[in-house]
Amino acid sequence: MAKYLLLKHYRGAPAAINDVPMDRWTQEEISDHVQYMNDFAARLEESGEFVDGQALAPEGAWVRYDGEGRPPVTDGPFAETKDLIAGWMVIDVDSYERAVELAGELSAAPGAGGKPIHEWLEVRPFLSAPPTITE
Amino acid sequence: MDGVLLRSLTPGVIAVLVRRGADFAAAEDAVQDALVEAVRVWPGDPPRDAKGWLVTVAWRRFLDATRADASRRRREDLVDREPAPGPAASVDDTLQLYFLCAHPSLTPSSAVALTLRAVGGLTTRQIARAYLVPEATMAQRISRAKRTVSGVRFDQPGDVATVLRVLYLVFNEGYSGDVDLAAEAIRLTRQLAARVDHPEVAGLLALMLLHHARRAARTAPDGSLVPLAEQDRGRWDARMISEGVAVLQGALARDRLGEFQAQAAIAALHADAPAAGETDWPQIVEWYDELACLTDSPVVRLNRAVAVGEADGPRAGLAALAAVDGALPRHTAVAAYLHERDGDLATAARLYAEAALKAANLAERDHLTRQAARINALLGAGPSG
Repeated sequence: MAKYLLLKHYRGAPAAINDVPMDRWTQEEISDHVQYMNDFAARLEESGEFVDGQALAPEGAWVRYDGEGRPPVTDGPFAETKDLIAGWMVIDVDSYERAVELAGELSAAPGAGGKPIHEWLEVRPFLSAPPTITE
Repeated sequence: MDGVLLRSLTPGVIAVLVRRGADFAAAEDAVQDALVEAVRVWPGDPPRDAKGWLVTVAWRRFLDATRADASRRRREDLVDREPAPGPAASVDDTLQLYFLCAHPSLTPSSAVALTLRAVGGLTTRQIARAYLVPEATMAQRISRAKRTVSGVRFDQPGDVATVLRVLYLVFNEGYSGDVDLAAEAIRLTRQLAARVDHPEVAGLLALMLLHHARRAARTAPDGSLVPLAEQDRGRWDARMISEGVAVLQGALARDRLGEFQAQAAIAALHADAPAAGETDWPQIVEWYDELACLTDSPVVRLNRAVAVGEADGPRAGLAALAAVDGALPRHTAVAAYLHERDGDLATAARLYAEAALKAANLAERDHLTRQAARINALLGAGPSG
């Protein structure tokens, strides 16, 4: 019983095997991909392992505190930022192995030519609550 | 109305419905409905026979659901078979429910969820909140679990060890929520101990009581972890400790040692020390040796290295640690502690910082980060040095 974040990157991940950008896919390939993602989430709900799934817009702003009584400073987006997160899925599973298995399935989503993208996904464990028994 | 008392009736009522011919999944749903109804109705109109009331309402709900399923013929069969309200179900029924909910065909998380609902009488929403997942996800987990055990005969004997593992998980992962899972685990283990004469059941109950007794002292007001050695022992629950010790002594007298009894014995030795400095570490090392024989777990060897460090000095502890797999969680944290005790502050600070990066939970990470910062300040290097 542990939660994992499956993180999908716009940029920053190693190149996928089937690395054709989505704007070069056919309409049907895009539909199939979207369908695959929806089916995957539905399967996780059905198996009692789904916690959350969200997609992020590619562009955002950097914001920081600028001192008492002043509005926050905004800046960016910065094109040179190496890592750009596209979205995530949070799962609650029995083991790390299961988290990896599910990430593998998600990475098999079809892309150009209807073939799996083999996209690299990042799997990150959540920090949990401390266990009661430690010694 | 006492919610815990109400929930304690849950397994017995499910068992009555199953004995009358309802399948487990439908019986469990009907009893959940009856519990909700009881919470609504009882405050104004408490029944004299609480269990009888629940059986009547749950059975009616079950028949309604069966009717809704258009299984008219089956319903009429059941109505024909409906027995007169009899004596309370035997204790074995409740025990069977423990076995069913911890069935080896279930994954640990499913067994935990099903046990909390069907044996504990908690609602799906309460369980979902306790484990920080959406209610729909928990509902699916529970209904899948019920499907998984649907073919299991209710009167099959089970293995008490599987039940103990589930109860241990509930206790040890006592997440926050509106339900106190640690207290719930103790209640369920107590209820089990009243039904099964097994030294490991008593051992687990003792282990839980001895750890739960320290709960108030385990966290500072800001939520940070307070290590055992620094806890205010005056805040330990002395009554709970003496109960835990008594339960443990009863179990050990049976001379059938098991993992939980050995763990409880270690907890009892800590509880027995009026101050951290008076802890009987040599005897704790002996219990870790026993535990290592019983489980051969690397975690036990890691904790044993800590105890050896206290009993025979940090060098001995580091020597014991050298034989433990370095990839183990908390290995680096233990090494940091032993190096600090050994006076090697630079190594300790570096290892504490490294251990913080490997910590599996936030409280531990913050604690280890503070340790690194404390030693860095001593070294005059500053927190970033």
